[in-house]
Amino acid sequence: MKHSNEIVKTDATTIAKMVSSQEVPAREVLEAFLERISKYNDALRAFVYADIEGARTRASEIDREVKRGTTYRMAGVPIAVKDVISVKGLPLTCGSKILRGYVPPYDATVIARLRKAGCVIVGMTNTDEFAMGSSTENSAYGPSINPWMQSRVPGGSSGGSAVAVAAGMAAIGLGSDTGGSVRLPASFVGVYGLKPSYGAVSRFGLVAFSNSIEQVGLFARSIGDLKLAYSVISGADPLDGTTLTFDWNLTTEEGTKANVFRAGKVIEMSGEGVEPPVLEALDRTVETLKRYSIQIENVNIPHLVNCLAAYYLIAMSEASSNLARFDGVRYGSRVKTEGNWNEEYSRIRALFGSEVKRRVILGAHALSSGFFSMYYDKAARFRTLIKSEFESAFRNYDLLIGPTSPSPAFRLGERTLDPVQMYLSDVDTVPMNLTGVPALSVPTGFANAEGGLLPVATQLIAPYGREDTIFGVASLLEKAGLSTPKVVNPWGNIL
Amino acid sequence: MKIGLEIHVQLNRLRSKLFCGCRADYYTLSPNSNVCAVCLGLPGSLPVLNSGAVRQAIMVSLALHASPSTRFNFVRKNYFYPDMPKNFQISQYDKAGGVPISTGGEMELITDAQKPLRVKLTRIQIEEDPGRLFHPSGLGSSKYTLVDYNRAGVGLLEIVTQPDLSSPREARVLITKLRSILEHLGVCNTSLEGAMRVDANISMDGNNRVEIKNISSYKDVERALEYEAVRQSQLIALGKPIERETRHWLEEKGTTSSSRAKEEEQDYRYFPEPDIPAVELTEDYIKDIQDSLPELPDSRASRFCRDYGLTPYDAGVLVLDKALADYFEETVRLYPKPRMVSNWIQTELLRQLNEKKQEISELRFGPKELAEMLSMIDRGEISGKTGKKVVMEMALTGEGPKSIVERLGLARLGDESAIRALAQRVFEENPNAVKDALKNPEAVNFLVGQIMKKISGRADPEITNRVVRGLLKAQTSS
Ligand SMILES: [Zn+2]
Repeated sequence: MKHSNEIVKTDATTIAKMVSSQEVPAREVLEAFLERISKYNDALRAFVYADIEGARTRASEIDREVKRGTTYRMAGVPIAVKDVISVKGLPLTCGSKILRGYVPPYDATVIARLRKAGCVIVGMTNTDEFAMGSSTENSAYGPSINPWMQSRVPGGSSGGSAVAVAAGMAAIGLGSDTGGSVRLPASFVGVYGLKPSYGAVSRFGLVAFSNSIEQVGLFARSIGDLKLAYSVISGADPLDGTTLTFDWNLTTEEGTKANVFRAGKVIEMSGEGVEPPVLEALDRTVETLKRYSIQIENVNIPHLVNCLAAYYLIAMSEASSNLARFDGVRYGSRVKTEGNWNEEYSRIRALFGSEVKRRVILGAHALSSGFFSMYYDKAARFRTLIKSEFESAFRNYDLLIGPTSPSPAFRLGERTLDPVQMYLSDVDTVPMNLTGVPALSVPTGFANAEGGLLPVATQLIAPYGREDTIFGVASLLEKAGLSTPKVVNPWGNIL
Repeated sequence: MKIGLEIHVQLNRLRSKLFCGCRADYYTLSPNSNVCAVCLGLPGSLPVLNSGAVRQAIMVSLALHASPSTRFNFVRKNYFYPDMPKNFQISQYDKAGGVPISTGGEMELITDAQKPLRVKLTRIQIEEDPGRLFHPSGLGSSKYTLVDYNRAGVGLLEIVTQPDLSSPREARVLITKLRSILEHLGVCNTSLEGAMRVDANISMDGNNRVEIKNISSYKDVERALEYEAVRQSQLIALGKPIERETRHWLEEKGTTSSSRAKEEEQDYRYFPEPDIPAVELTEDYIKDIQDSLPELPDSRASRFCRDYGLTPYDAGVLVLDKALADYFEETVRLYPKPRMVSNWIQTELLRQLNEKKQEISELRFGPKELAEMLSMIDRGEISGKTGKKVVMEMALTGEGPKSIVERLGLARLGDESAIRALAQRVFEENPNAVKDALKNPEAVNFLVGQIMKKISGRADPEITNRVVRGLLKAQTSS
């Protein structure tokens, strides 16, 4: 028997071991997390749907199976799932009114794999509508709140899962990262946030926002947890033609030792406009890496600054097509109307929030004939260019580093009226989506604000398919004590 | 007159749909029972390309002399329509970064003209079929529409010809030949409803081009084009302009009607499909398919001429329907007189099919029965004339030839004494004819004919002749 506070502070790897050895039942682990959900969710709005009974049933089932000798890699680990990932039997709304009432009949591949590994799905977490946003304010359920400071956003769009992991409401969180939607909230709430290489994790069951650049990502409070969950969810999936399996082995120490000799600090990410605490955290990272005999040099990626424009063109274009299916005919909200089906579609689609409408309209425009070569096609060609710039940087460096965000968490409402300011939040994260390389946001310190603390983070960026490099380097930072994510109570009290 | 065709061919012989595991032969399933997360376009589902569809598309491309692309991709064609679960169709395109599975190609057609007609193809592409809409009380007047997604996601090939055809009849010839090629390749059961659907464009010398959409049966292509040719000729005769427009074929009425111009200017906002990586094909893969192509109609016709001694015309007719050609060859295997078999098939069998508006597969008797019937003629058990009657009866009842002959008493009369008895009656009834016959050998035939008439032509002609001559001889000597 462990005190429930001790349980929620325990990392997922240890929880899995304790449940597997019957030291602590999965049911008891779950109750510790559920207790915090009932205590803090009203204030933080991390979960939009908690499947308390389903989770209890599942936890008890795992306990029974463990007793019968079944082995699981993640026995009894409570998982928070972003409300854009299909979980059979749980409502899926994508933070939107348009999907009200939709209960998917199938599990996303990542969910199926986590279930098979013995995880317990706790519920669905808040998101910007259809993952379109950087603050989790564009949600039909209202904004999620940063547990470090009541006035601050948790970042987005996967803010709900980030908050759930930071506030000890789940051990692992699932998010999706289209332009930084995992890494940005991870940096704002002080946990690890991984965007895998494009194709490393199946997107089957992830409601598409921008198919060619997004990946399911993970939130965790230790590198061990991240490696564990990542090794469970990654790998080729016959249901997603864009997936593949990388041939390194994360389960052995050998496979994850750093093996990094030279790292490049990206100049374009660490210059003007970056707030001092963020730069200081970056410097501390550099110093720590040097202690492990990693050589650090400045590196230029000249067109990095143009990524944001290309990113939004591609993402909005793909989104305009992806979101066409939400017409009320087969699932989700329905309105009874007179008139023809075009009129009915218009009335249903009026349920989209204004940011979604903006992006659908802009995206449709960018794809329309006469504009295609000027916008979408140009952005696609830019992608080839920026990919080659990353490739040439990676010819000289095993790893690139820079901030995850130029600033710590901003205030609620601060950027909601100015879409361009909101889009600028993603300036340091979108290049990795465009190029498909893996990146991890590592909490590396705090900024002082309004008499409290706000986490800041450093981003580790590896060549395509080299998640092992990222885990290796992050383990060093963790061992060195630079990065030690904590469970936090609102507002800002470390548990 | 210039006519071009866009032919949609369902890959309904595949085990599954184009991007999911649901069945490709949905025809007999109850509505919305052949669907899954993928073909219903549920949030989060992803398409995975059916490699069998790629193989079949390459087979068709090679059979039509098109050039397969060694690297091709898919595009999204975006438009809202309730039969499309995603409100975009995954298709192929030759612009907006798209590369279709093959380009070019050619078909050689035998028409009334002296030289074969060569029709060039523009491209062949793969796309997904939408679902089907039902307007319970008719399009336009129905208060609601029902959607069946069983068909949604079935693989389609779109075969686009250049406007090289110059009459509705030539269009029919092309469709018929294409149909036979597809059947020989085994990629499409073309007899199923909606398995081959056609859009046609037609322009009368120098005038605007008109598209005819929605010709849902390949059988209607000629009819639709004929209607449109007449309509346009009348407008020209009246000095009226022909609008550049899209018209719909109304099957029941046999007419075309203008669809709103708005549709025509639709912007499909094509862009490369991000969920399906571009497909690379090796030269070996393509060569392997080329080497394993089955025998196609043209070479089959040549073989029929060479091995069976058929005329090119007869061979051509047989191979235009694979089932008919198969029927022919199976009958020849059982009854090895190919020209005889070909004649019977092209006259009696096709007459039965045309009268009953049937496909060969619906015929109630098979090659075995036809061969048996032909053998009975050879053995003298029935006459050729009776054979025709037997074919009719087999088509009607599905009964075997032997039992029909027995049941209807159609067997040839070969008993000399029985014929003699009949002949004596005829002689008594026709004394004048007998007198004539004694003088004029030509008049003998009349007496033979009268005997035949008495027993519906079943008497053995040789024996009957002998008997009649014997009786006449007896009269002279007495
Ligand atoms: Zn399906």
